[in-house]
Amino acid sequence: MLLQVNEIHSYYEKSHILHGVSMRIEQGEMVCLLGRNGVGKSTTLKSVIGIIEPKQGSILFKGKDLVGKAPYQIARTGIGYVPEDRRIFKSLTTHENLLMGIKGGKTAKGNLGQAWSIEKIYRAFPKLEERRGNKGAHLSGGEQQMLTVARTLMGNPELILIDEPTEGLAPLIAKDVLDMLSKVLESGVSILMVEQNYKAAIKVAGRFYIMSKGQIFFEGDGRALMEAEDIRKNYLEV
Amino acid sequence: MGEIPVFFLHGLVYAGLLFLVSSGLTLVFGMMNVLNLAHAAFYMLGAYFSYSVLNITGHFYLCLIICPLFLFILGMLVERFLLRRVHVYGHVQELLITFGVAYIITESVKWIWGNYPLGVNLSGFLTGSVNLFGLFYPVYRLFMFFCAVFISLIMAMVLYKTKIGIIVRASVDDTEMVNALGVNVPVVFTAVFGFGAALSGFAGVIAGPLLTTYPGMAAEILVDAFVVIVIGGMGSLGGAIVASLMIGELQSFGALLFPKLSLALMYMLMAAVLIIRPSGLFGEEQ
Ligand SMILES: Nc1ncnc2c1ncn2[C@@H]1O[C@H](COP(=O)(O)OP(=O)(O)OP(=O)(O)O)[C@@H](O)[C@H]1O
Ligand SMILES: [Mg+2]
Repeated sequence: MLLQVNEIHSYYEKSHILHGVSMRIEQGEMVCLLGRNGVGKSTTLKSVIGIIEPKQGSILFKGKDLVGKAPYQIARTGIGYVPEDRRIFKSLTTHENLLMGIKGGKTAKGNLGQAWSIEKIYRAFPKLEERRGNKGAHLSGGEQQMLTVARTLMGNPELILIDEPTEGLAPLIAKDVLDMLSKVLESGVSILMVEQNYKAAIKVAGRFYIMSKGQIFFEGDGRALMEAEDIRKNYLEV
Repeated sequence: MGEIPVFFLHGLVYAGLLFLVSSGLTLVFGMMNVLNLAHAAFYMLGAYFSYSVLNITGHFYLCLIICPLFLFILGMLVERFLLRRVHVYGHVQELLITFGVAYIITESVKWIWGNYPLGVNLSGFLTGSVNLFGLFYPVYRLFMFFCAVFISLIMAMVLYKTKIGIIVRASVDDTEMVNALGVNVPVVFTAVFGFGAALSGFAGVIAGPLLTTYPGMAAEILVDAFVVIVIGGMGSLGGAIVASLMIGELQSFGALLFPKLSLALMYMLMAAVLIIRPSGLFGEEQ
């Protein structure tokens, strides 16, 4: 097992957001976390990458507990984080944004996937090469989203946490981004994706969790998700 | 005759000095969201140390190296053992602790060197004048200006051509993201804070022989540097350059034309810029 989240409880100041969340991700798998606005999906990812420290529970990555480590330490164990709102460095060029993804010093060892380099990124995603000298602020939403994923790939992660990658993108662009994620998955990187739109996610993800009010209410593959109509009605957007 | 070019050059020299001080202030603010009130105290310490090092060794050039190095270390210690400890409590506490450091430095300076102005006496080549197109201008002021330009160029090289520079600029944009990409951000903070202190100290060293070295010199330049980073846009180095030039020239010509109003002019300029662009000339729009 690559990642195992065990019964975590996370807070913002005093407000209790995650109430015992558990999930697991196997090597080579793409898992999708679904749920309505404000249920704690982003908080779950932030807890894994260490931006928020869970007060209870454990998060095992390749068997080692991540709780209590700083984000940069967690990133160096081989986890890439792509937050919501894209968060590219606006005043840096595309090329510089990619350079920021290279992990100084200790990169994760024993990576099963292929090693990414800047040349390889440009070959795989030619749109980024066209924009290499442009400032992040001047890229379109779709380009920014591609850049955040590519930037994370530069650190050769074994697992990517990605938060609502298609949010605010036109359907065609959203499809490009999901295709990109499929490519990344094929390259051997595992993915935990947060999404609101299960119809798009079902084409790329293998397994699903549904969250509501800080707890997991459903776990299953695409077929199980399609069959669980009541749960979809209760916990997802219609 | 010849007054205007002279005051123009004076303005450039002061702009160089201001940029050395305000670049560290704006970088630290951009990255850490802390307005470092001790920043000008580092500048003053640079001047005082330089006074003593010069007295002991007799070599001004030595001061240019030793004093910034000392402030680099002092700055890193302040960040690592004071600022970082109060970071979790929020910005007000951070601001307060930098105020405390500034206060301690100012009082220590009075205690060690006395509460009166000191003159730094140079000798040799730096004390002369040169003939610039028929205009005699002090070598020392030119030397100050070239120091500032030289350091700014090195800084630009580092910021735009090295990975460390990219990390610093990225941290000004979004520190949390830099952290999540595997960069040890606290170490970057310590280094940048120390570097800013060193730059400020260097400015103090070169300011010493021209402006008087006295315990009020910190408060004096802090006001100007603060106006510079507000006008330029908090966190923007390009903005700091442009605003330093504006304030340098304004101060210089203000002193020539409206000696009583030069401070008011500066605030008026700041207000005008903020009305047109609330985040400063080169600041990121909120
Ligand atoms: N920085 C914060 N401080 C305090 N409360 C927060 C903070 N960020 C989020 N919350 C609260 O925590 C809860 C969970 O937020 P979270 O961002 O994890 O939701 P989400 O499932 O990602 O929602 P969305 O789909 O809107 O992104 C929400 O009620 C939100 O208001
Ligand atoms: Mg969210």
